[in-house]
Amino acid sequence: MGEVSLIEVSKRFTLRLDGGVQTVHALDRLSFTVRDGEVVALIGPSGCGKTTALRIAMGLETASAGRVTVDGTAISGCGYDRGMVFQHAELLPWLTALKNVEFGLEMKGMRGAALRDTAMKYLTLVGLSGSVNRRPYQLSGGMQQRVGIARALAIDPKVLLMDEPFGALDAQTRETLQGELLQIHARTKKTILFVTHDLDEAVLLADRVVVMQHGRLHEIVEVPLPRPREDLAKIRGSEAFAQTRYHIWQALHDGAGAPGAGVNDAGVHGDGVHGAATLH
Amino acid sequence: MVDVAERRAATDEAGEVVDAKRPLPRWIITVAALCIFLAFWEFFGRQVNPIFGSYPSAIFAAFITLIRNGKLAYALGQSLQPFLLGYGIAILVGVPLGLVIGRFRTAEAALGIFITGGYAMPLVALVPLLILWFGLGFAVKAAVIFLMSIFPIVINTWLGVKSVPKALIEVGRALVASDAVILRRIVLPATLPYIMAGIRLAVGRAVVGMVIAEFFTEISGLGGIIINSADNFDTATMFVPIIVLMVLAVGLNWLIGWCERAIAPWQAEIAGREQN
Ligand SMILES: Nc1ncnc2c1ncn2[C@@H]1O[C@H](COP(=O)(O)OP(=O)(O)OP(=O)(O)O)[C@@H](O)[C@H]1O
Ligand SMILES: [Mg+2]
Repeated sequence: MGEVSLIEVSKRFTLRLDGGVQTVHALDRLSFTVRDGEVVALIGPSGCGKTTALRIAMGLETASAGRVTVDGTAISGCGYDRGMVFQHAELLPWLTALKNVEFGLEMKGMRGAALRDTAMKYLTLVGLSGSVNRRPYQLSGGMQQRVGIARALAIDPKVLLMDEPFGALDAQTRETLQGELLQIHARTKKTILFVTHDLDEAVLLADRVVVMQHGRLHEIVEVPLPRPREDLAKIRGSEAFAQTRYHIWQALHDGAGAPGAGVNDAGVHGDGVHGAATLH
Repeated sequence: MVDVAERRAATDEAGEVVDAKRPLPRWIITVAALCIFLAFWEFFGRQVNPIFGSYPSAIFAAFITLIRNGKLAYALGQSLQPFLLGYGIAILVGVPLGLVIGRFRTAEAALGIFITGGYAMPLVALVPLLILWFGLGFAVKAAVIFLMSIFPIVINTWLGVKSVPKALIEVGRALVASDAVILRRIVLPATLPYIMAGIRLAVGRAVVGMVIAEFFTEISGLGGIIINSADNFDTATMFVPIIVLMVLAVGLNWLIGWCERAIAPWQAEIAGREQN
């Protein structure tokens, strides 16, 4: 099992600037559910709150209102039921690839020979069995990201949360890793929630795409592509791909005219009142 | 594709050309600078009254005398014992203290002010008080050295902790690591370069502290030789312990640098070493 729900999640940030205090409404009553084994993409304009939503789901940030549940139980803070893949991998630079993966397992309480075996298993899964003794600076960006994915997968979370996992990579590496992620998902059946800026990536990987605008849920788009998705070139050329992609593109551009990010001066608006113009 | 391969070959050749006229190794430059300095000193030093100044060959002669009669080795032993104790305790106390102050808000608010204040403390003025507490012997010397060297270690460690990328700490948090584990397994290794810098800075201050202690408490050790020979207007002999101390500090610095590369080999790779 591994069902994540965001329920009426709001987040306000208080910014102290030279001119005084500002409140940023990063999320406004955001609700959606990622079903067990499902892959959901979170997409939206820059600053619309995708990272914030993911960090709250991980427990790295607390919601100002609302809650996040995993399999019906409200989360409090981080937990081994969720694994995080960071945008820039964030490997510990003093540890080898193997030790980085083992680090996560150790934190979970694993000791002894199982540590090495499990870490090796997941590094092999992401195709890195040959470079396990390299330190992060001796790995390419794509390889680092694979280690990051292996580290998150190794603790065997129910849900994988990923913030633009391939955003910093070149197009070719990105495509390779997208294919690998699809395979990993087919094999492990993990629930995956990931943030992306890339329309193609969203359609290619996800079962549903959550489109956000100004901290709110704008639309949820179903991706009618069957699994397993193996021949990616063919999928990209398909009619269903093009239509879904266009649909999401439209959803993204619906709110293009509205003011960005929902920034407003504190005190001008009451609690929970969103600063940005209403869409719809 | 061919084009790229060819271009790569061309750069390789260019690289070899650069390799052929390699710049001078650092140590040769350092030794040359030292020789020039010593030559100037020798030349101008010989022109002044030996009470007001000295010059390398005279100092070297005094050095040989001090070695022959065993005074130097004895004084060195006397100085090094409180030095190693005071400096060692400063590291053992300073590093954890800096980590805690940097990591925990309450500790920072409560103790930070003592550290920044203590760093500027005019220790010489406090020596008489320390004598009342610790007597005139070994303990007071170790205490002075400790007090001189702990502050740069704490301050550097503290600053280092502050500069650990938040993202790395979040890696620990996402893996549900406790504060103690995050401190030991993430913050400490990430702070290592700063800690090492603090430990290096502290060498100089510890040496100064050692000489202050030997001047103002029971006269002994290398500082003792300085005072006694100055009182006898034996300027050449006075310079011997001064130079020994400087050499000691340089050697210790080198040793710490070597340790750093041994414990944290990744650091040199991450940091830009390129220099002109
Ligand atoms: N720690 C913070 N303090 C103050 N404001 C913040 C903080 N984190 C995010 N914000 C604000 O919240 C809003 C949403 O930020 P978020 O990082 O979630 O956007 P995003 O959708 O991930 O954008 P991008 O696509 O550019 O990564 C932005 O307006 C941002 O300025
Ligand atoms: Mg983001």
